[in-house]
Amino acid sequence: MLAMNYRGPYRIRAAYKPDPEIEHPGDAIVRVTRSCICGSDLHLYHGMVPDTRVGSTFGHEFVGEVVEIGDAVQHLKVGDRVLVPFNIFCGSCYFCERELYSNCHNVNPEASAVGGIYGYSHTTGGYDGGQAELVRVPMADVGPMVIPDDLDEDDAVLLTDAVPTGYQAAEMGDIRAGDTVVVFGAGPVGIFAAKSAWLMGAGRVIVVDHVDYRLDFVRRYAQCEVVNFKDVQDMALHIKKMTDWLGADVCIDAVGCEAAGSAMQSLTGRYAMIQAGSATALHWAINSVRKGGNVSIVGVYGPTFNAVPISNALNKGLTLRMNQASVKRHLPRLLEHIRAGHLNPKEIITHRVPLADVADAYQIFSGKLDNCIKTVLIPSGPSS
Amino acid sequence: MPNESLPSTLRRDDIPGWGSDLDRANRPAVPMERMPARLDHPPHPPAQQHSHAEVLVSPERPGITPIYGTTAPPRGLSGVLRRTAYKQTENDIRHWLLLLLADRVDAVEGIGEDLRHGHIPNVFSEMGLPAAWKHNPRGVIRKAAIGAAVVGVGYWLLKRRR
Repeated sequence: MLAMNYRGPYRIRAAYKPDPEIEHPGDAIVRVTRSCICGSDLHLYHGMVPDTRVGSTFGHEFVGEVVEIGDAVQHLKVGDRVLVPFNIFCGSCYFCERELYSNCHNVNPEASAVGGIYGYSHTTGGYDGGQAELVRVPMADVGPMVIPDDLDEDDAVLLTDAVPTGYQAAEMGDIRAGDTVVVFGAGPVGIFAAKSAWLMGAGRVIVVDHVDYRLDFVRRYAQCEVVNFKDVQDMALHIKKMTDWLGADVCIDAVGCEAAGSAMQSLTGRYAMIQAGSATALHWAINSVRKGGNVSIVGVYGPTFNAVPISNALNKGLTLRMNQASVKRHLPRLLEHIRAGHLNPKEIITHRVPLADVADAYQIFSGKLDNCIKTVLIPSGPSS
Repeated sequence: MPNESLPSTLRRDDIPGWGSDLDRANRPAVPMERMPARLDHPPHPPAQQHSHAEVLVSPERPGITPIYGTTAPPRGLSGVLRRTAYKQTENDIRHWLLLLLADRVDAVEGIGEDLRHGHIPNVFSEMGLPAAWKHNPRGVIRKAAIGAAVVGVGYWLLKRRR
């Protein structure tokens, strides 16, 4: 089968590799029809996630059709169209019993601090991802959801990660009526976090980034205020001036370890790798939120450590909440929002690229070229 | 909530679904830990997966998990580094630094593997440079100039030392 193939930092290609096989009676094999490039894939692409092995296939946002099932699979059948949450989870461990599916304890032998994720290095279990024609889907009766007939595949593929992650970011902010919410990052997750903040009754939503076309998009799409941090001398001071000198009620870090905006953070985090990525957005979130406010983190960082002003978080009495999204938990409510017209995920898709051109697609997404917001890879070409 | 806190041109009614999840009962992750899990079907503990692939296991676990990935098993010098890394706990910074080193060694081994199979990797294509050139030729020229300058300065410093 054709699949994205990682060759080293900044180097990938589409190449043929053996088809995946059923390796466990609970597995299914899915023929991928849509697969996205996620912002967090760029951390792998840039060589920032430890144990990212040459020959791996990335891709944790995908939908497709079931073409084979293991002996123990009872509820999926060949021919079902499924959306597959990016989390691999068993449904029965201590954490899954509590709906913390992203923290499943039964699917990742390589690390205890993170669950299993498709195509996201051996640090998250060593599974191949969905930027391929075929993919192995473990625990097929637990994770995947059959795509309802009234749901567009382009909406479905965004429900595998970007939409639920943005929604959970807002939810972890514990937004109350009229709250001022600042979202750092105008990528797909930040965009959906801004939309979700309104659903939870925010009074004001402000999105911060430095890429003008993305700020223009989110201003229209999420009806929010925007700030280009390149136009601002000090981000925390600016937010305080915008909020009667109190600070925002809720700050959301939807950027993670490749944040721009601080030369020192970029130097130590992205280039010298002395810390686990550049924590600029998190630094700003802690310093921009009001005393007693909430900071929600969905931006992804490496597994070592980061320099952030934790003393300010203590002295301000902040609540910090963070996790990878437990996608399956959010799907029923998010479907309701799509059906009601509150969310229209597919509108953020700007690029549809054949899987064979995956290297160009990563370059465009990584470089924020051609006004790219979200890229969908299509194994059989962009017309399918 | 006073409407004044909205942008001046925007009214709450203009925002599709505003406040529909204001009630915490509508928020799927409230409370944070919720039992029993609302899955489509009652889950059963997974049976143990069996495989011949070498799978490294964190010392912070009692053993291999019931389900695991088998892609890209450790190989070569990078594999030696990875096996050494997995003797350290996740709590030990050496674990992660060794894995990052192994990743870089693996990238070099990957080029060797390509050449052994008679494949000369097209590095420019693998880096997506055709797309970069199409959409941002100035950026490509700037990066090439910076790269050339760094190499030039390095060469000059080396020559000067001799």
